[in-house]
Amino acid sequence: MFKARVYVTLKPSILDPKGKAAQGALHNLGYHKIKSVRIGKMIELDIEADTAAEAKVAAEMASRKLLANEVMEDFEVEITKELHHG
Amino acid sequence: MAKCAVIVFPGSNCDHDAYYAVKHEIGMDVNFVWHKETALNDVDAVIVPGGFSYGDYLRSGAIARFSPVMQEVVTFARKGGAVIGICNGFQILLEAGLLPGAMLPNEHLKFSCKMVHLKLAAATATPFTGLMEQGQTIQIPIAHGEGNYTASEETLQILKDNDQIVFQYCNPLGEISPEVNPNGSIYNIAGICNTQRNVLGMMPHPERACDPILGSDDGRIIFNSLKSVLEGV
Repeated sequence: MFKARVYVTLKPSILDPKGKAAQGALHNLGYHKIKSVRIGKMIELDIEADTAAEAKVAAEMASRKLLANEVMEDFEVEITKELHHG
Repeated sequence: MAKCAVIVFPGSNCDHDAYYAVKHEIGMDVNFVWHKETALNDVDAVIVPGGFSYGDYLRSGAIARFSPVMQEVVTFARKGGAVIGICNGFQILLEAGLLPGAMLPNEHLKFSCKMVHLKLAAATATPFTGLMEQGQTIQIPIAHGEGNYTASEETLQILKDNDQIVFQYCNPLGEISPEVNPNGSIYNIAGICNTQRNVLGMMPHPERACDPILGSDDGRIIFNSLKSVLEGV
């Protein structure tokens, strides 16, 4: 069993209205050094698999099929840890 | 009499409007099809209605597109059957890959609920626009938070080359400009069809504009076009 994190982000070419609104709010708060905000999502999966590589393949398939829309989003999979039962 | 199916997902909320418009305003036979069904049973056209299927979780339409009935809708569409996706229905058709591109949150981040003008941009007919003339404008409402249509430059070019851009947001005179774009959609796109032209997706709601007491009956021409194609009248 492995824990995976899928990071889904908008492709660089896609405008991010929510990120822009957050950036505006940060500027209003005085954080002028923050020059760009892009908002994505992080999805945690617990995956039954024998190896980290196998878990990664499963997470990538899930991302391609459902979790990310590759027309407008990119995704990255990270296997964070092996889960032990007991 | 031609028969339409209105697909019902958990969270659909324009299903009854579509049913009412098609049955009582236009005079076609219609039945609801629950998203768990695995057959469409001899229908002549499919309406994927608006709403918030699965609460818009993950992305609008992303989960609904895997509902059992959607496989049937895809098969029906691939065989040339007439399919219209309205609002959330459009988002579902995009996620299902029946139409190209994707939908982003409105540029101004607000839910927009108002009357808009649409221009029939396409020169070639679809089953839903056969009674319209190119350049004709209609006034019908929008009601969405994620209607900001996007596609790659390449896809946009293909849409243009194939005359797949069916509706664009315009002013009452039919002029297209950024000022009348309600959501930031590229090229003021309000509706597109597939290359075979039997699948139409549109953000505005023709089913909410089929009776003058609702402020406009301009939406009737969409369903009357369908009826005319299906019943050969």
